[in-house]
Amino acid sequence: MATPPIALSKAETAWLDFEKPIQELEEELSKLRQIQDKGKSDVSGPIRAMETQIQKTKKQLYSQLTGWQKVQLSRHLDRPYTLFYVEHMTTDFVELHGDRCYGDDKAIVGGFANLEGQSVMFIGHQKGINTKMRQYRNFGMANPEGYRKALRLMKLAEKFNKPIVTLVDTPGAFPGIEAEERGQAEAIAKNIREMFQLKVPVIVVIVGEGASGGAIGIGVGDRVLMLENTWYSVISPESCSSILWRSWDHKEKAAEALQLTADAMLKHGLIDEIVPEPLGGAHRDREGMAKTLRATLLRHLQELQALDPSTRIEKRIERFASMGVYGHAS
Amino acid sequence: MAWFKRSAAGVTTATDEKREAPDGLWLKCPSCKASVLTKDLQENLSVCPKCDYHHRLGSEGYFGILFDQGIYEELDADLISLNPLNFKDTKDYGDRLRDARAKTGLRDALRSAVGNLNGFPLVVACMDFDFIGGSMGTVMGEKIARAVDKARALRCPVLVISRSGGARMMEAAFSLMQMAKTSAKLSLADREGIPYISLMTDPTTGGVTASFAMLGDLNLAEPGALIGFAGPRVIRETIKKDLPPGFQSAESVLESGFLDLIVPRHTLKETLARLLSHLRP
Repeated sequence: MATPPIALSKAETAWLDFEKPIQELEEELSKLRQIQDKGKSDVSGPIRAMETQIQKTKKQLYSQLTGWQKVQLSRHLDRPYTLFYVEHMTTDFVELHGDRCYGDDKAIVGGFANLEGQSVMFIGHQKGINTKMRQYRNFGMANPEGYRKALRLMKLAEKFNKPIVTLVDTPGAFPGIEAEERGQAEAIAKNIREMFQLKVPVIVVIVGEGASGGAIGIGVGDRVLMLENTWYSVISPESCSSILWRSWDHKEKAAEALQLTADAMLKHGLIDEIVPEPLGGAHRDREGMAKTLRATLLRHLQELQALDPSTRIEKRIERFASMGVYGHAS
Repeated sequence: MAWFKRSAAGVTTATDEKREAPDGLWLKCPSCKASVLTKDLQENLSVCPKCDYHHRLGSEGYFGILFDQGIYEELDADLISLNPLNFKDTKDYGDRLRDARAKTGLRDALRSAVGNLNGFPLVVACMDFDFIGGSMGTVMGEKIARAVDKARALRCPVLVISRSGGARMMEAAFSLMQMAKTSAKLSLADREGIPYISLMTDPTTGGVTASFAMLGDLNLAEPGALIGFAGPRVIRETIKKDLPPGFQSAESVLESGFLDLIVPRHTLKETLARLLSHLRP
């Protein structure tokens, strides 16, 4: 299957509000380059100085991002999604469709692909790459048939002893009338339970948004990794703000309170590793990101394949069973 | 609608909302609007004697209904929630917990116990909605996980009675992972043939529904209970349409195929006894 042509969003929308200092410097730089190109005067000195300054500013800015800023990066419209990663990390990808029950959900995709000589089942949320496709993909919000397709493909992989990689990027499972009637809750619940008993290695990577049940519905594995600028929590900062502060205006505060960044999740022992992103986010060097992720997956796969299935399952259960913090009443 | 509006100063209570008795003695049924003596309601298992509306009941009530002679041993009663994220919204989570404990006399939103039902051992984990909306934090997840382990150790059935708005936001991702923790233990019970029964009561939504509540070998519900993944308000806001009448009621969830049975509270013990007798080796 060919990758659809990627239409990157326009430069002015590609910069996020907090990236303004960099945007301004980049504009200065392109002006200087224009002058240089005209050849009338030599500004190669100022260009080099500007480049150094940009690099310095970037390093500083991106090393101290707030929770909300990372949420914004995780949602950047140019970020790579599942199909991009699969296309750039593997060969021979064959997308498989349908839950054998109701339909084929477009917000979750999956299929076998060849990763460095071995067949791997890739399953992930898929967001659209333009307005039309975003609607087609339902903005990455799956219906029950999406979760059921995912489980069907996982069982298929298990039957033929192929490892599973899931890529999570969803603002949540779709909250609609039909989704409820077709058993959104049951579909997610069953996936969670069944994923614990899969005999093959399972690696989960949060590559964008990890919103609540919609994320954990394909989020149980031997390893759970998060890309650097992603988030994972029980609720989006906006919804959290609207429920707890009764207004949408406290999303920054909510993002801080939820401690939803990869750093915080690692600190709390809820994920296993952070996969570094290119400076400024995965969308600034999409191929580079895919390359890093590919190497990371191979390393974990090798470790996991050295274990026997029952040990993997036991460790997987133990890991999740130990999550949480509680005390004892005196 | 009244024909005449009383405009005398200070009298603003609508006739419908008038209460003539001191607080607590009488209770107005939200379903049939009849006034019922609180004592009568309690003696009737908190089911409205006039219209059969199932009022909310807590763990103490269900343990009393289910366990023979009301005798049971409570499990893991000492577990308490901490505030690991120092979460603060309009109120500090630590204060919220303290207030909830003071108000309810409970330590968290779920209690678990082991006892006999018609002479056969049974582990029951039951939520208390009065404690922060029955929300699921680490303590609830941990207690359910341990209740399942207890049932596995005793090789007896386990019943979870849900009444919850879902995850406890103030424990953020810790709360989310309880969905996985509980389901992990249920995957073991499933493999070992330990019967697991889920009883959904009003309301059962969010992460509770999307994990252990929907995973029963048998999924039961009380009449009229609201059961769903997303809450009605969220769905209405998403689709920008009114919801069909009865949407997400136990009766319609049964019609959609996700419940085995709707069980009125008065027949709960008897029905469970019958069902469990079929599952015994």
